[in-house]
Amino acid sequence: MRRRQDLAFRLWTGAFALVLVVVVGAIGFELVRQSLPSIHRFGFAFWRTEIWDPVSGDFGALTFIWGTLYSSVLALVIAAPVAIGIAVFISELCPARLRQPLVFLTELLAAIPSIVYGLWGIFVLVPAVRAVETWTPEVLRHTPLFAGPPLGVGMLAAALVLALMVIPFTSSVAREVLRSVPPAQREAAYALGATRFEAIRAALFYARTGIVGAIMLGFGRALGETMAVTMVIGNNPRISASLFAPQYTMSAVIANEFTEAADPLYLSSLVEIGLVLFVMTLVINSLSRLLIWSMTRSTRSVPVAPAEPMGAAAA
Amino acid sequence: MKRLTVWICAGVLAAAAGATAQSVQINGAGATFPYPIYSKWFSEYNKLHADIQINYQSIGSGGGIQQVTKETVFFGASDGPMTDAQLKAAPGALLHFPTVLGAVVPIYNIPNVKQELKFTGPVLADIYLGKITKWNDPALVKLNPSASLPGTDITVVHRAEASGTSYIFVDFLSKVSPEFKSKVGVSTAVNWPTGVGGKGNEGVSGLVTQTPGAIGYVELIYALQTRISYGVVENSGGAFVKASVQSVTAAAASAAPNMPADFRVSITNAPGKDAYPISSFTWLLLYENPKDKAQAKVMVDFVKWALTDGQKYCAGLGYAPLPGNVVTMEMSALAKIKVS
Repeated sequence: MRRRQDLAFRLWTGAFALVLVVVVGAIGFELVRQSLPSIHRFGFAFWRTEIWDPVSGDFGALTFIWGTLYSSVLALVIAAPVAIGIAVFISELCPARLRQPLVFLTELLAAIPSIVYGLWGIFVLVPAVRAVETWTPEVLRHTPLFAGPPLGVGMLAAALVLALMVIPFTSSVAREVLRSVPPAQREAAYALGATRFEAIRAALFYARTGIVGAIMLGFGRALGETMAVTMVIGNNPRISASLFAPQYTMSAVIANEFTEAADPLYLSSLVEIGLVLFVMTLVINSLSRLLIWSMTRSTRSVPVAPAEPMGAAAA
Repeated sequence: MKRLTVWICAGVLAAAAGATAQSVQINGAGATFPYPIYSKWFSEYNKLHADIQINYQSIGSGGGIQQVTKETVFFGASDGPMTDAQLKAAPGALLHFPTVLGAVVPIYNIPNVKQELKFTGPVLADIYLGKITKWNDPALVKLNPSASLPGTDITVVHRAEASGTSYIFVDFLSKVSPEFKSKVGVSTAVNWPTGVGGKGNEGVSGLVTQTPGAIGYVELIYALQTRISYGVVENSGGAFVKASVQSVTAAAASAAPNMPADFRVSITNAPGKDAYPISSFTWLLLYENPKDKAQAKVMVDFVKWALTDGQKYCAGLGYAPLPGNVVTMEMSALAKIKVS
């Protein structure tokens, strides 16, 4: 009787897990099916064409791929140090009285709908960014990184909004990871005469796979974020290295143009942008899995690894 | 508790009985621009005929055309006329019926210039092509000699998403500038040579009001409701006309004599000295021979009402009503729909 119950339970939950596989498979299948006209028409050129012209029916995804990757990487560069700093402070240094309010605040940030971030971006962040851009010295303005007129909307505003949206996710996961570091690790560090900073560094090293995972989670979120980005990025499909230039992302172009796309090839090209985004997310998630996997394997194969940072700290 | 259950059962039965008593429900989908007036019409018409319920989903013109083509809704609505290819793809003959008029106005933000600026079609086209880049460009100074236009850069703002508003605007620019027509063309979304994209009317006006030296375009209704000042535009008769409910209706009236029988007509750059040049119809899309005759009869009656009594709700919401000559033409076209 017991065994049958166990078996039923296993089948039952297994079926739910299967749903997940089926859903991902169905999404992939449907994306491919609906983008077939566009795949037949443009082939692989779709991935490296910069033109997006609904009037003449010429479509390419490169400008959107660039905008999505550039904005997400920038957001990560801004968000990762801040998020890890928050996580370290809350889990290691913060007075117990402050801990709960701070945790609550980060979780509140994560719960704000993205359209609200977008509105805040338009009315608060964009004017501030414009002021910074106007104030940027002329010498810098001639470098490719800061070229272009001070519009306010553009890559910098988008990266900042994205960073703000990513921080709560990354810092929450990083905080949990740090909390799961065995106390023995820190105690051992202190026993060896480590300062607080060195002990925390040892804990961070111990938790590094989890922290990389937290950062990759933030990256995944930044890749797919739509509404807040489209409201501040300027929506201009041009590839530019400039932080001040208006650019465009994949999810933004889908959201902006899907409702009015009546021509079959146009619609199919938009679906293919979705497919590109799907494939990219898949690849990036797999790569981060691989990274985490290789990191955990290396710690396992070297049993003395936890002692390593101590040696470094002493040196 | 038992009594409550009985009451609920009775209520459900009564509702079901009410529903079967000749009530007609019609679904439609399409353009967002006319949504406020359409929902006003549907609710007013429901007050007059309690048994008729018309539902409208404002999913965008492209979506409306698709849904009506797939016959998942009874009627569609679009801000741009369907193309020949789209009409061919539909399972039956689709008819266009103009319902109200809209217009697009240029808005701008130049510090220390408070007066109304004048624009011509070619000048607007050159600004949106990125050829006129400074506010003190000779072409702009010549049009506005009394305004002290600064030598600052023009920041071009357009709609980010595909929209009927953009369609009307680029349709006008393509008519007055051959270069704009060949380089950009006409569609709800185009490949803009320059500028930044704002999302929705509010996105465009937000960017324009925040950015010194910016120019953008919004729907007339939006400009009226939010009290943004906007520029005047030269029409094909050489007169500078400010957009208003009257000047937009005048554009439709002057276009009426050359109206094709299927009403698929662009009225941008219309002739007539009072006509505002960046005006357009918005259309309902109905099958000539609908499958459901009961719904067809109700819909035809409704459209007749909307084109006559219903027009009085236009001005209050900022839409321009149809001119009388267009209404007359539509009435005879409505007779073509097979209701039995």
